[in-house]
Amino acid sequence: MIDKQYPSVAKAVADIPDGATVMVGGFGASGSPVELIHALIDQGATDLTVINNNTGNGEVGLAALIGNGQVSKMICSFPRSSQSKVFPKLYREGKIELEVVPQGTLAERIRAAGAGIPAFYTPTAVGTVLADGKESREFDRRPYVMEPWLKADFALIKSEVADPLGNLTFNKTGRNFSPLMCMAATTTIVQTNRLVARGDIDPEHVITPGIFVNRVVEVPDPVHEDTLIAAGRSYP
Amino acid sequence: MSAGWTRDQMAARCARDIPDGSYVNLGIGIPELVTQFVPEGREFIYHTENGMLGMGNPPAEEDRDLDLMNAGKKYVTALPGAAYFHHADSFSMIRGGHIDACVLGTMQVAANGDIANWSTGAPDAIPAVGGAMDLVQGVKRIYVITQHTTRTGEPKLVEQCSYPLTGAGVVSRIFTDLAVVDVTSEGFKIVELAPGVTFEEVQQKTGAPILPPE
Repeated sequence: MIDKQYPSVAKAVADIPDGATVMVGGFGASGSPVELIHALIDQGATDLTVINNNTGNGEVGLAALIGNGQVSKMICSFPRSSQSKVFPKLYREGKIELEVVPQGTLAERIRAAGAGIPAFYTPTAVGTVLADGKESREFDRRPYVMEPWLKADFALIKSEVADPLGNLTFNKTGRNFSPLMCMAATTTIVQTNRLVARGDIDPEHVITPGIFVNRVVEVPDPVHEDTLIAAGRSYP
Repeated sequence: MSAGWTRDQMAARCARDIPDGSYVNLGIGIPELVTQFVPEGREFIYHTENGMLGMGNPPAEEDRDLDLMNAGKKYVTALPGAAYFHHADSFSMIRGGHIDACVLGTMQVAANGDIANWSTGAPDAIPAVGGAMDLVQGVKRIYVITQHTTRTGEPKLVEQCSYPLTGAGVVSRIFTDLAVVDVTSEGFKIVELAPGVTFEEVQQKTGAPILPPE
C-alpha cells in the first residue's frame, strides 16, 4: 500500500541539500508552511534559491530562513511589505540576489514546469524593463514576451486536509501558489493540518491529486506567521 | 471647503462608471474605497488576485480566518457565492480578459495611456511588481484613481512617464481630485470637471496638453 506519511517535519526535510532550489507555498502569511520552514532552519541547508511570492515577514518563517543566511537568491513578485525587514537589509548589503517576476508570470512559469511546457508567450511586462533582453514575438498583431518554465528540487507546502496518497485540500486563500508548486517540484513535501484515511476526501473535492505529492506530515494546530509576529516571536 | 473632489468622491465617481454585473479588481489605497460607493441597484463581484472571487468587507477581529486575505494582505471575508482558486487560474482570469475593470493608483500616467506605478527606478529601491503588470495587460478597462499632482505639486498626468513603466498604452480613464480625464488618440481629454475647478487650473496642473470637455 502506498503511504507517503512522514513521522516528523525534521525527517521530511532532512535530505534537502546545500544549493537546492526550494519553492515555498503561501501568499504573505496565508498558506505559509511555517513548521516545514522552521525544520529547514534547524536542518541548516545553505545556498538555497527560494521561490515564493514574497520574502517573509518579521523574524519567523521565510524571513527567518533568509535571516539565518541560508538563502542566496529569492525569486518573487513582491519582495517587500510593511513587516518585511530581513530581506531588504540583506539585499541592500548585496548579500542576497533577487529575481523579480510579475505575479501572474511567476504562477504561469511554475504551472508550465509542472505541465511539461518549457516556455510560453505572455503580454505581461511587454514594453517594460522586465521584458528587456527577452525573446518577443507578435501574435494577431500584438506583442508578447517569452518566459521559461520554473522548476524546483523541492516544494514546501501547507494543506488543510491530506490523505496518505497525498491528495490535498487547502484553506481559502491559503491555496494560492501551492497546487502549482506541488506540480513543479521534483520532491513535494506537505504539512497538513489534518491527515485522514484513504477515501475520506471526496474525489470531487480533491484540489491537488496525490500524484504531485511525495511526502505528507501531519502538523495539527499549526502556528500562523501573523500570530507569531504579533507575539513578538523570532526563530530559532 | 476647497474646490475639487475628496478621496471618497473620487471613488464614488469611479464607481458610477463601472457597469452592473462587472467583475472588478481593486488596487491598494483609494481604489479600495470603491466598494463603499457602489450605486444603488448595481452589483460588482470583486476579484482578488491571490485567489478569490466574491470578496467581502473586513471581518470583526474575532471572526478572522488567518488564511483569508486579499492581495494587500488584509483580512477579508467571502460573500455567499464566492469561489477560491489557485494563482494560475486567478491570473488566467486577469490575463485572459475575463475581468471587466481594474482600478489602480499610480505614480504617473501619460497622455498615451502609459502607466508607471511599481517602481521609482531609484538605485536603492527594491523593485516589487506584484500583479500590476498582469492586470494592466489583461483587464478589459483600466481605471486610475489618483491625486492630480504629487505632494510637492508635480503633475502626475504627464506627456511621458519618467518612472519605469508598468504597461504601455493601457489606461482608459483617470479620476483625480480635479477632473475625470480620458486617454484618447489625441491625448488627455477632460470628461468632467470637479465642482469649483476650472479647465485652466487643470491644464496648469497637468504635464501635457489636455483637451477641454465637449
